[in-house]
Amino acid sequence: MSLDKTSAQYWKANVRLILISLVIWALVSFGFGIVLRPLISGIKVGGTDLGFWFAQQGSILVFLALIFFYAWRMNKLDREYGVDEV
Amino acid sequence: MDQFTINLLFVGASFALYIGIAIWARAGTTSEFYAAGRGVHPVTNGMATAADWMSAASFISMAGLIAFTGYDNSTYLMGWTGGYVLLALLLAPYLRKFGKFTVSEFIGDRFYSSSARLVAVICLIVASVTYVIGQMTGVGVAFGRFLEVDNTTGLLIGAVVVFAYAVFGGMKGVTYTQVAQYVVLIMAYTIPAVFISLQLTGNPIPGLGLFGTDQESGEPLLARLDQIVRELGFNEYTAHNGDTFNMVLFTLSLMIGTAGLPHVIMRFFTVPRVSDARWSAGWALVFIALLYLTAPAVGAMARLNITEQFWPNGTEGQAVSVETIESDPAYDWMATWQQTGLLGWEDKNGDGRIQYYNENSTAMQERAAAEGWEGNELTNFNNDILVLANPEIANLPGWVIGLVAAGGLAAALSTAAGLLLAISSAVSHDLIKGQFAPQISEKGELLSARIAMAVSIAVATYLGLNPPGFAAQTVALAFGLAAATIFPALMMGIFSTRINNTGAVAGMLAGLVVTLVYIFLHKGWFFIPDTNTFTDADPLLGTIKSTSFGAVGAAINFAVAFFVASITKDTPQEIKDLVEGVRVPRGAGAAVEGH
Repeated sequence: MSLDKTSAQYWKANVRLILISLVIWALVSFGFGIVLRPLISGIKVGGTDLGFWFAQQGSILVFLALIFFYAWRMNKLDREYGVDEV
Repeated sequence: MDQFTINLLFVGASFALYIGIAIWARAGTTSEFYAAGRGVHPVTNGMATAADWMSAASFISMAGLIAFTGYDNSTYLMGWTGGYVLLALLLAPYLRKFGKFTVSEFIGDRFYSSSARLVAVICLIVASVTYVIGQMTGVGVAFGRFLEVDNTTGLLIGAVVVFAYAVFGGMKGVTYTQVAQYVVLIMAYTIPAVFISLQLTGNPIPGLGLFGTDQESGEPLLARLDQIVRELGFNEYTAHNGDTFNMVLFTLSLMIGTAGLPHVIMRFFTVPRVSDARWSAGWALVFIALLYLTAPAVGAMARLNITEQFWPNGTEGQAVSVETIESDPAYDWMATWQQTGLLGWEDKNGDGRIQYYNENSTAMQERAAAEGWEGNELTNFNNDILVLANPEIANLPGWVIGLVAAGGLAAALSTAAGLLLAISSAVSHDLIKGQFAPQISEKGELLSARIAMAVSIAVATYLGLNPPGFAAQTVALAFGLAAATIFPALMMGIFSTRINNTGAVAGMLAGLVVTLVYIFLHKGWFFIPDTNTFTDADPLLGTIKSTSFGAVGAAINFAVAFFVASITKDTPQEIKDLVEGVRVPRGAGAAVEGH
């Protein structure tokens, strides 16, 4: 029973981490890169504005950071909850 | 040494390398054939995934699309990289934990239904075959161009090479071959970009140079580009001109499609552990990002170079003369590419100069009337030649041009091989062994996998010779299908215990049928010309183009599956246990041989 409770908590923590990551994922691409571009167009970057930078460079860099952050965080979580591979 | 010999040397040497590796790493067992015995390091696997993923579309086509449209085509950059976030967070670790060889095996077991597995196999085969047709078309064009043979001969040579290493190598051969191909293609893409970025901005990193200063004018590069294209009547490069809603949907479709393509997902079965599957997606994106961060710089800088070549005295001055184009070595690339039929110009008003401008712009029509121009004289510039012609336009050394030739072929061939492997495992493992002849021996299964490969390459070559439409159309169909069928089924299978067999089958079928019909309505039934009722310029549903419909198809899949599951019988307890098991890494041992 205690094992079940632990794995339920592990899953809950995982889903929460996924949700947070996906909010950032959507914010930098669909948000800053497309829909919110007019709102941040006041911030100039090399001859154009920040939204253009997010659409062509920034979003990709954030995607990379997100995947590595998630992998690092989850592998730590695996050990904390004792569900890592042995 | 002339350019043709240099190209031949580079292409020949790179091919000898790939085939050598394929022979060296020949697969002996089924496990090795499909998943390389699960002995592939995450970094190696990431590199192979990157080569697998970056096809002729990424290498040859994408920068050209960005160059001539500008900001609005950032969709490709975000869409084809953002899908890896979905893969890493939502699919890869769980599918690796599940521990079977193929995507359809997971769907069949999770939804405890051989019809679910059959539907998944059909979706996989349709998506992969349509994708591989586009690749074979690219292979034919690239081979034809660089070996200076016609398209048909080029395609046949390419088909033999793909067949050789995909059929005899299997996943293990393909994995190491694809590592070599990745190295060739990324050098071919970045080296000319670094040269050009240095020439224009003095910054060796193209992604930084893009936001740097144009050394000639002293202005920011993008501001300069915006200015000269505006002066010629074109849309500003950095401006948003298209429809925002369609842009969002198209990006989303590419992302979901990426996470639903079987040949990419299969890659994550080949790493040793669940934690490696998480890292592996990250490494794949690192290697992909090297090209994707460079591509927008390639596009913008090439657009600037080309425009300035046609207006050497500035956009207000005189256009380039026909005499200069014919005699100045800096313009040699125009004659070379004119032979391919993908580049054309014509001195319409007979003034001995070639005026390149937007003839549909009112301001330019006024100037044309004043100066006696009779229309845009750069009559044809196919977007797909941009990356391959780029080093010639920038007057880079001959060896760089040869390297780009080898890189373009590597991109097209590696993806074709990966797709063939996905098709062959779907046919032999899921269809023959899983459905029709469960008693088949390992040897028989391996043989049927190779026959399936040979048959699909024959079909793809035939359709590549007589394509059902432009390569981009077929690729769009493949993405839309993967997005509308496979991705939702996998995601619901992992994140919901409530979705049962009937729900999953209904969802996949609904996504498949609605997406197919929407595409056929706009592109013609089975791609037969003139059978379409609508066009992408004036789509059926508001501003949603057929290429953007995959995301809508996915939403329909989710909705139908949840609705049907809620009115039918709950999933059995052992399936709930299976899902619980997939969610934790512990116990992910060796692969379990299915059925």
